[in-house]
Amino acid sequence: MPLFWTFLIVLAIAALAFVLGRRGAVARTAGDSRQLHSLPSYYGWYSFILAAVPALVVMIMWIFVQPIVVEMRTVSALDLPEAVSTADQNAAMRQVRTVAMAVQDALASGAMTKDQLAAFATDPAPMGQALRDAGSSMLVTVTPTLYNAVDVYLGTSNMLAWIMTVVIIGLSLAGVFVAISRCRPDFRARNAVEKVTMSILVMASVIAIFTTVAIVVSMVFETTNFFSQHSWIDFFFGTTWSPAFQGQSQLGLLPLLWGTLYISFIALLVAVPVGLFTAIYLSEYATRRMRSIVKPLIEILAGIPTIVYGLFALITVGPLLRDYFAQPLGLGTSGSSVMTAGLVMGIMLIPFVSSLSDDIINAVPQSMRDASLGLGATPSETIRQVIVPAALPGIVGAILLAASRAIGETMIVVLGAGAAAQIGLNPFEAMTTITVKIVSQLTGDTDFNSPETLVAFALGLTLFVITLGLNIVALYIVRTYREQYE
Amino acid sequence: MTERTAGATPRRTSLMQLDARTKSRNAAEARFKAYGLGAITIALLALAMLMFSIFSTGSSAFRQTYATFEMMLPAETLDPKGNRDPAEMAKVTTIGYQNVLRGGLIEAVRSAGIVPDGVADSDITGILSPEAAADLRNRVLANPELVGTVVDIDALAHGRIDGYFKGRVTMQSAERDGNITPQRLQLAQAMTDNGLMAIRFNWGFVTKPDASDQRPEAAGLGVAILGSLYMMLVVLVLAVPIGVAASIYLEEFAPKNRWVDVIEVNISNLAAVPSIVFGILGLAIFINFAHLPQSAPIVGGLVLTLMTVPTIIISTRAALKAVPPSIRDAALGIGASRMQSVFHHVLPLAMPGILTGTILGLAQALGETAPLLLIGMVAFVRDYPDAPPAGLFDPASALPVQIYNWTQRADPAFVERASGAIIVLLAFLLVMNAIAIILRRRFERRW
Repeated sequence: MPLFWTFLIVLAIAALAFVLGRRGAVARTAGDSRQLHSLPSYYGWYSFILAAVPALVVMIMWIFVQPIVVEMRTVSALDLPEAVSTADQNAAMRQVRTVAMAVQDALASGAMTKDQLAAFATDPAPMGQALRDAGSSMLVTVTPTLYNAVDVYLGTSNMLAWIMTVVIIGLSLAGVFVAISRCRPDFRARNAVEKVTMSILVMASVIAIFTTVAIVVSMVFETTNFFSQHSWIDFFFGTTWSPAFQGQSQLGLLPLLWGTLYISFIALLVAVPVGLFTAIYLSEYATRRMRSIVKPLIEILAGIPTIVYGLFALITVGPLLRDYFAQPLGLGTSGSSVMTAGLVMGIMLIPFVSSLSDDIINAVPQSMRDASLGLGATPSETIRQVIVPAALPGIVGAILLAASRAIGETMIVVLGAGAAAQIGLNPFEAMTTITVKIVSQLTGDTDFNSPETLVAFALGLTLFVITLGLNIVALYIVRTYREQYE
Repeated sequence: MTERTAGATPRRTSLMQLDARTKSRNAAEARFKAYGLGAITIALLALAMLMFSIFSTGSSAFRQTYATFEMMLPAETLDPKGNRDPAEMAKVTTIGYQNVLRGGLIEAVRSAGIVPDGVADSDITGILSPEAAADLRNRVLANPELVGTVVDIDALAHGRIDGYFKGRVTMQSAERDGNITPQRLQLAQAMTDNGLMAIRFNWGFVTKPDASDQRPEAAGLGVAILGSLYMMLVVLVLAVPIGVAASIYLEEFAPKNRWVDVIEVNISNLAAVPSIVFGILGLAIFINFAHLPQSAPIVGGLVLTLMTVPTIIISTRAALKAVPPSIRDAALGIGASRMQSVFHHVLPLAMPGILTGTILGLAQALGETAPLLLIGMVAFVRDYPDAPPAGLFDPASALPVQIYNWTQRADPAFVERASGAIIVLLAFLLVMNAIAIILRRRFERRW
C-alpha cells in the first residue's frame, strides 16, 4: 500500500521537522529560551504543521481527483460511441475496473509477470482465462479495446500515484525548510499554532453539518432520479406495493406508512404507560436502595442492540403470540405480525421513555411538590394534579422522540413484522414498514438504476422527513419546557 | 377567618376513624402505587424473558458434538510422493481426505462392535459433518509429519446429530428428514455410550469463519468478530478526535450566534436520525460515489463514525461543562492563553467523562445492524481479512449482521448459532460498559 507508506513518510518528516524547528529556535537564542516569544515546543509544532498539513491536504484532494482523471482517460481509450448513456458508460467502466483489479492481484501475487501481461497486447482473448487461473473470480472476456482501456487505466493510475508521492514528499520537505527559516526568536509561534488548532476545531464541528447536507443531497438526488422514472402520484397515493422487475411496478407508499404507524402505535401503547409509571414510581416513591437497583436494570434494556430484540421477536414473542392468541382466536397463523413487532419495540422503548420522563419529572421544582403535599394532598394526587400537568410538555416531547425512534426502527420490524405490504386492522397479521422495504430493496442484487431500487431512496427521504419533523418539534418542546423552570 | 356559613353543622370527624372519602383517597393512593410497581415488574419481566430466551437457546452453541477416535493416516493416499512437502500434499483434495476419514470411522465403529443391525456403511459415515474432512486436511497440511502415524481424530459430527443431543432433532423428525435417519441417531447414541462421541466446548464457534447453509455445525464467528473489531478501530480513530474537537469548539470557544446555534440543533437532530438513513448515506456516498469496496470494514467504520460522532459530542460537552470555570480562570490568571487553559487544564480534567462517553458510543456502534445491511456487509465471507490497514478494505462480516444472516437461514440449528452469537455480542457490550462504569467510579470528581 504505497499510499499508506507515503503517509508514514510524511509523518516521519513532520516529526523530524518538530525536532529541527524546536532546536533551531532555541539555538538562535544561544540556548536562552526566555528570549523566545513562545514556549520552545510551539516552534516545534509550527514546523510539524507546516511539514504535515499542506502535504496531507494535497494528498486527500489527490485521492479524490485521481479517479476522475483516470476515468476520463480510460473512457476516451474505450472508444465509446458519441451518444452513449451514462449507464452504459458506467457498466463499461466497471468492466475495466474488474479486469484491472484482477491484473493487479495477479501481478502482486506473482501469478503473472509484466512480460506475460504485455504479451497479451496482440491477442488479449486468452487473458481472461489466464487471470482466472491466477485466482481471480472475474468473468469478463477481454477484447482488444478493453485491453487498451485496462492498459490506460493501470498506466495512468500508476503514473499519477508516482507523481503524487513525489509531489507530497516534496511539499513536506519544502514545509520543513520554510518553517525552519521562519522560526526566529521573535516569531509568534504560539499564535500561529493556535490559529491552526482553532481551524481544526471549527472544521470538526462543521462535519455535523456536512453529514446532514450529505444525507439530504444524496437522498434528494436519487429521489429525483426515481421520480423521473416513476410517477410520484403512484408513490404518494398508491395503495399497492408490488415491485416487479419487468417494469409495471406499483410502488405505493401508503401500505408501508400504515404498517409503520400501526406498529409504532402499538409500541407506544406499551412503552408510554410502562415507561411513565416506572419513571414516576422511581422518582416519587422508590427508596434510594430500590432506585439504585432498578434503574441500572432498566437501563440494560436501553443498551441491548436492536438485533437482539429482533431475534427475541422472531424466536420467542412471535411463536408465543401465534400459539396462544392468534390461532385460538382465529385471527391469524403468522408468527411475524404487527403485534409481535409492536410489543417488542414497546419493550425496547420503555427505558427511553422512562429515562426521559425521569429527567423531566425531576426538573419540576420541589417547592411545587411541597406545596401540594402541605395542602393535604396524597402523593398520588400530587403527582396527577401537580407534577404531571407541570411536566406535561416535557412528557409529550419525550413521547414524540419515542415515536420517532419507533418509526425509524429497523431490525425489530425486519425480523418481527413480516414482509406483506397491506393495509388492515388485524394486529395479528403480518404487515410491513418503510424501513423493512428499504432493506429489502437495497440488499438484493438489483440494477442500481431501476425504479425498484431507487424507490428505497424515496422511502429513506420520507422517513428522514417524518423523523426530522418529529424530532424538531419534540426538541423544541423539551427545550422551552426546560427553560421554564431554570 | 372563623366565620361560618350559617346553618352548616360542623362535620364530626375523627383521626382514628377514616371517613369514606379518606378511605377512597387512600385506596386510590394504593392503586396508583401498585400501577407503578406493576410497570416496573413488566419492564423487569421483559428483561428477564429476553435474557432467558437468548441464553436458553444460545448457550448450547458453545458446545458441539465431535466424533473422537484413533486412526492411522495412510501415507500412500495422503502423500503419494512421500516427501512430506505441504505444497505437494495440497494436491490431495478434500474428497481424498473424506474417503480416508470415512474409512477410519467405519473401522473404529465396527471394531468397537456397537453397530446396530442393518446399519450400512453409508449410515456410519453420514454422522460426520462434510466440514470434518476439510478440518483434517488443514490439520495435516499444517503439520505434515502426522502422515503415516496414528492420530486422535476430533471430527465434527453432522448438524443433525448435534441437534439430537441438544434436543432439536428427535427420532420422529429424523424419519421425515432427508439429511438424517433414525439409524444414524441410534448409532450416535451408541457411540456416545462407548466414548466414541462427545460433546465438548466449541472454540470453533468464536474463531472459525461462517459456513454454508448445509453446515451449521461448522459455522463460527471469527470473521465477524474481526470485522467488528476493525470497524471499531476505524470509529475510534475517526470519531473520537472529531467528536472531542467539535465539543471543545462548541463548549469553549464558539461565540453565541446563529451559525453556532444551527450547528447545535443539527447535532442533536443527527443523534436522533434513524440509523438506516446513515446506511443509505453510506451506500450513496461511499460506495456509489467514492467506489469504495462493498462489505469492507472501512465503509462500515465510516458510516458508524458519522453515527457515533453526535453521541460522543453530547457526552463530551457534558464532561467539559462539568469542569468548573474557576479552573479556566486560574489558568488564564497566571498567563495561559485560552487554548492553553483548555488543552492543559480543562481537557485532562474532563478526560474520564470523555472516555466514558466514548466507550458508550462505541458500544452503541458495535450493536448497530441496519446501516451495515445496506452497505453489503450481509455477503457470505469465509476468508479472514488481512491485518490493517490493507485488511480494512477486504470483505468482512460484522457481529450483528452475522446474527441477522443466520436468522435468515432455513436450518433451525442456525437459530441456536444466532442466539450464541448474541451472547458473544452481549459479552463484548458488558465488558465495554463495565470499563465505562469503572472509569467513571475511579476518576469521577465532584467539584
